[in-house]
Amino acid sequence: MHNFKSPLWRDRRYWQIIVQLIAAFLVAFVVAILWINLNRNLQQLGIKFGFDFLKQQASFDISETPISYNPSDTYSRALWVGLINSLRVAIAGIIFTTIVGIFAGISRLSDNWLLRNIAGVYVEIFRNTPLLLQLLFWYFAVFLSLPKIENQISVLNLVSISQSGVQFPWFRLSSEFFALLMGLTFYTGAFVAEIVRGGIQSVPKGQWEAARSLGLKPGLVMRLVIFPQALRVIVPPLTSQYLNLTKNSSLAIAVGYPDVYFVASTTFNQTGRAVEAMLLIMLTYLTLSLTISLGMNFFNRMVTIKER
Amino acid sequence: MDKKTLILAIAPLILSLTACTPEVANTGDTGAKQATQSRLDTIKSRGQLICGVSGELPGFSFVGTDGKYSGLDVDVCRAIASALFDNPDAVEYRNLNAKERFTAVQTAEVDVLSRNTTYTLSRDTSVGLEFAPIIFYDGQGIMVRKSSGSKTLADLKDKAICTQTGTTNEQNLADQMRKRGIPYKPLVFEDVNTAYATYAQGRCDAVTSDKSQLISRRSILPNPEDNVILDENLSSEPFAPAVADGDSKWANTVKWVVYSLIKAEELGINSQNVAKFANSNDPEIRRFLGTEGNLGQGMGLPNDFAVRIIKHVGNYGEIYDRNLGAKTKLNFPRGQNQLWTKGGLLFSPPFR
Repeated sequence: MHNFKSPLWRDRRYWQIIVQLIAAFLVAFVVAILWINLNRNLQQLGIKFGFDFLKQQASFDISETPISYNPSDTYSRALWVGLINSLRVAIAGIIFTTIVGIFAGISRLSDNWLLRNIAGVYVEIFRNTPLLLQLLFWYFAVFLSLPKIENQISVLNLVSISQSGVQFPWFRLSSEFFALLMGLTFYTGAFVAEIVRGGIQSVPKGQWEAARSLGLKPGLVMRLVIFPQALRVIVPPLTSQYLNLTKNSSLAIAVGYPDVYFVASTTFNQTGRAVEAMLLIMLTYLTLSLTISLGMNFFNRMVTIKER
Repeated sequence: MDKKTLILAIAPLILSLTACTPEVANTGDTGAKQATQSRLDTIKSRGQLICGVSGELPGFSFVGTDGKYSGLDVDVCRAIASALFDNPDAVEYRNLNAKERFTAVQTAEVDVLSRNTTYTLSRDTSVGLEFAPIIFYDGQGIMVRKSSGSKTLADLKDKAICTQTGTTNEQNLADQMRKRGIPYKPLVFEDVNTAYATYAQGRCDAVTSDKSQLISRRSILPNPEDNVILDENLSSEPFAPAVADGDSKWANTVKWVVYSLIKAEELGINSQNVAKFANSNDPEIRRFLGTEGNLGQGMGLPNDFAVRIIKHVGNYGEIYDRNLGAKTKLNFPRGQNQLWTKGGLLFSPPFR
């Protein structure tokens, strides 16, 4: 196949390699320019690039500390606290969003007029208003409008609810956490509802008819026949929504919930280490996003059609 | 893809690459030039000063209903613009929150930061800032609802305390509570308005900030008189304007504009009587007003720069009275922000 008599520049494979090399060179070139530029600018300001500051004492307090922390700990410890707080809200958010989204998505196709329309109104309102606005709404209009801690509402003497959060017998969750969780859940849930609806509608009508003709009840039709098939369409865009939810949790800063972005920006502000802090934030969210993608891709492989 | 299309596809890449190289070398050159050229010259050729302010703090920097900025910090910007352009309005204001402010100076987005910013060692040495003289001496206080009955920090045990992220206040509070062994819940917000709204809603039992800010923000709370500022002093908070490090020429200009305001008050020169002083026989006053010697020239300004400042903006006392004094809603006692000759801390080195 290969003709040794033809000159090198006529060989397609030769050019393919050259193009790759040029592309790689260009990327390296741009990165180098940025790096040199950054270093020169930092040098002019008398700042040295480095992560040593992470070992310094943080000297600020954090309101929610799932692991032990006090202001005499290091910045890196503070960042861990922030990361765990981010994970708490992201994991809870993903679980609740899935429930809300599936429920609202199926409801939109319900024969029940009221249910169908309530779901429709929910999706349109939450999908079409900014998340930041919704977070402030949950925080100020919902949670901070609860009675003060002195007059807290007690449910069955087990759970007590007040402006400062919800006290369970063995732990408590703050209003800031709830405001963020509710905001993320209902906002992302509206998008998930649309994905679920689209997924279900993508299943051919014949499948409904066939399932019903077997004598299955509507609930079982959905559970055993339609939904598993819809999952193939649902899972890939659902992954994007999980990623969005995780990244959007960085809006925590608006309602005073100390997530990783919040702690990192306090760190950057106190130390002036903007570039380093931004790199850390990017790395953190990149890792979180890639982990979710990996998990969802695995799940996706499980639900795709298996050719036997 | 045949060979021709391949070459056509690569040609622009190669062209852009070769074109890039001299361009980069160029930017390198201008970069080096800029390093030696002072920001003062850039501002002069631009014809306008870019001043970073808070914009959220009555008395310091606030946008009025007429859309105009006013306050002590704003008057510093106006004084610099007066010295440079004989026009106090040649200023473009940029609202910066506590978190954005230092990056804005580092990246030269603003020429000067005049934004109730505490002068600290680390900000001066490792954040890439250079501070001008202190324009306002403040201390950190704590505000509570009268109905809470709290009198001291100890009364705030296990209570939620609101503050703003990226401030020295956040750290001072942590320091003080740690020192006294008082556990508390910090609730920290990026936006100053959210912090005070959360306090107003009752989620926080207290809010901490510089006393001047507490007084200023109390004036715009729903029921100002229901809130009281405790006698506690958590720290000293000296506010100073700041510029980017490594440009002493521009830093000097800002520095001596601030001193001019203090010196003018000390010499009894104000916006009303400055013209009369033109014929003064006092050599100190003559040097200060530029009728004798050439002090301005040395810093790249006209010799009468102080006259321009006082004419347009007034002396320190006038600025204080206008923005924070007894005739204002804030009614902030002048206290330590009095001239050294009257027992305060304000002092200007000699103009000579």
